[in-house]
Amino acid sequence: MQNFIVAENIVKRFAEHTALDGVSICVPRGKVFGLLGPNGAGKTTLIRIINHITMPDEGTVTFDGHDLRAEDMLSIGYLPEERGLYKKMKVGEQSIYLARLKGLSEQEARRRLKIWFEKLDIMDWWNRKLEELSKGMQQKVQFIITVLHEPPLLIFDEPFSGFDPVNAEILKKEILELRDKGHTILFSTHSMASVEEICDNIALINHSKVVLQGPVNQIRTRYKKNTYRVTIPAGTSFENSACEVIGEETKGKEKIMIVRKPEGETNSQLLSHLAEHVEILSFEECLPSMNDIFIRVVTDNELR
Amino acid sequence: MSKIWIIIQREFSVRVKKKSFIILTILMPFLVGALVFVPALLATMKSGEKNTVALIDVTNHYAPILKGTSNIHFVRESAMKKSFQQEGSPFDAVVFIRGDLTRNADAATIYSRGEVPHAVEEYVNDKLTEKIRNDRLSVYKFTNIKQVVADAETKFSVKTARWDKNGNTTISSSDIAGVVGIVFSLFIYMFILSYGGMVMQGVVEEKTNRIVEIMVSSVKPWQLMIGKIAGVAFVGLFQFLIWILMLTSIVAIAGTLFGVATTGAMPPVVAMSAEIPQGTGLEWLHIIQGMNFTEIIVLFVLYFIGGYLLFASIFAAIGASINEQQDAQQFMMPIILIFVFALYAGMFSIQNPDGPLALWCSFIPFTSPVVMMVRVPFDLPLWQIMLSLVLLYGTSGLIIWLSSKIYRIGILMYGKKPTFRDMMKWLKYK
Repeated sequence: MQNFIVAENIVKRFAEHTALDGVSICVPRGKVFGLLGPNGAGKTTLIRIINHITMPDEGTVTFDGHDLRAEDMLSIGYLPEERGLYKKMKVGEQSIYLARLKGLSEQEARRRLKIWFEKLDIMDWWNRKLEELSKGMQQKVQFIITVLHEPPLLIFDEPFSGFDPVNAEILKKEILELRDKGHTILFSTHSMASVEEICDNIALINHSKVVLQGPVNQIRTRYKKNTYRVTIPAGTSFENSACEVIGEETKGKEKIMIVRKPEGETNSQLLSHLAEHVEILSFEECLPSMNDIFIRVVTDNELR
Repeated sequence: MSKIWIIIQREFSVRVKKKSFIILTILMPFLVGALVFVPALLATMKSGEKNTVALIDVTNHYAPILKGTSNIHFVRESAMKKSFQQEGSPFDAVVFIRGDLTRNADAATIYSRGEVPHAVEEYVNDKLTEKIRNDRLSVYKFTNIKQVVADAETKFSVKTARWDKNGNTTISSSDIAGVVGIVFSLFIYMFILSYGGMVMQGVVEEKTNRIVEIMVSSVKPWQLMIGKIAGVAFVGLFQFLIWILMLTSIVAIAGTLFGVATTGAMPPVVAMSAEIPQGTGLEWLHIIQGMNFTEIIVLFVLYFIGGYLLFASIFAAIGASINEQQDAQQFMMPIILIFVFALYAGMFSIQNPDGPLALWCSFIPFTSPVVMMVRVPFDLPLWQIMLSLVLLYGTSGLIIWLSSKIYRIGILMYGKKPTFRDMMKWLKYK
């Protein structure tokens, strides 16, 4: 079983609209899976279905090789997009309560919480009411609660929203650490930078349908436009005959040229053409950023 | 099941540990006591207001009996003066008697610049009534007529007694039964509304806090709903238990202080109706002791639980559907109306505990807890209690089931305020 979650042909209709229309995704085991899409695309609905919170009208979800059951909730850690905890309850007490609902015993919950609280440096706040904590600290508490019962599947809905860059970095590190320990991670996000950094696979949902799915590096290759970044010494230049120059920029002693490789030419051929004219300091292919792909796919989709 | 139990524990302990709960629970019996005794105390205190009243008696016949009291001072005046009407007048009122009152009842009037002082009106009425009656009696030339009339004049109050199942006689009083009934029905009204409201508040808090999103990834929505409803119910029962304990100890202390035997206060006291001295003011204590409080309290708890489950689950569904506390108003309105109607039906049931209104409202689950509490002190047939309880619990079960379907969808719906029709649609969702 290579895939931890397989959702097939999920359809979910609400009174006024169809939130998911024949959505299928495969989340590989032990990988980070990014669920992307503009607001209102149906990401949260899909996450709720995988969480066994909402039932799909059609389609099936296979969880770790079997049909999704209510008991599987205990094998999932879910960090919802809209964060919230009991404001008037003490942090420690509240964390123990939520951990017990996930099936941990009180002693075990306390033991693990201590470790995590020390690790994320919020032990001093154990006996404070939640409302006394800063937003960043509340987020940390919530993150701990999500991962505390060490579920095989972790679902983060917009995990980085509301985190400052320092804490976002800590969170990113924790997520990758969890992946390395063998957890499967599914997260939805708008932050394309984080997708490139930590996702192994993605699915892009738009208008209730999956419009793009696959391993991140494959997708980026698929959407490349045959453009290359060539760095040459400042003050030199090469003739346009070899290839089309899309842009150039001088930075100190270097000049960066963005060129498009002619159709049917190999990299070596292009390189030797260029090398005839100038000294080449570096040569690399420009892979489109996930952000570009996201915008392109969504707008293409919009036009159709 | 164990998850529901964990939720119940939290809902219970969070509320019981609140300062407001502790203070209210301890103070409430004293507040109720104050509510009962302070007005009674105030009523017995004489009003300190003194009235000076001008008395114009053209006939000269009535003036001698209007002597005044410590608070009403009459001053004879010969004729009506313009100055009486003016602001600076020393008189609060003017009693003007123009002719023979036995022939013309309209011949006396009290004038006042403002409202006629009630005490003055009452005093004048009492005195003149007595005088007119005496005048009329003396027309008949009976000897000793006044004594005859005074002898004949009695106010009779029949003593009521009840046989219990063992054939013992218990003094009863429909007045006192009515008062006890009203007290318990007000209590159940208050309990159901305030604890039902507490459930709604809790649900709205969880929804607006968005904690519900975490909760539903650990437990099923219905478990969360049942856990909350049950947890809050235990808070209510816990509070009720404390109050009962406080009350019984207060009654016991009061009993020893007033020398009334309170041993076995709960089981019906075998009455010795004749032996109980009249007018000691302690008679009501014996009557109250004669009531079957064990039965009343058991039924109170049963009706509280049934009525609470019914309304709390409706409140939970409402709380789940709305986005903030203020939106609750439109949905609360019908529920409040039902409760007010139930209270009225209860009040009317005192007059006629076995009438058709009382009977029907005892079986309709939405009104039965309030109405039945009024009727229970009057000793109802067992079949009525059983039928009403079965209907109440059956309906509660059904409403809980329906509410949990609305709740499940509602707590995850944000945005626009749902209409009643939307909520009906949610019932059909998978």
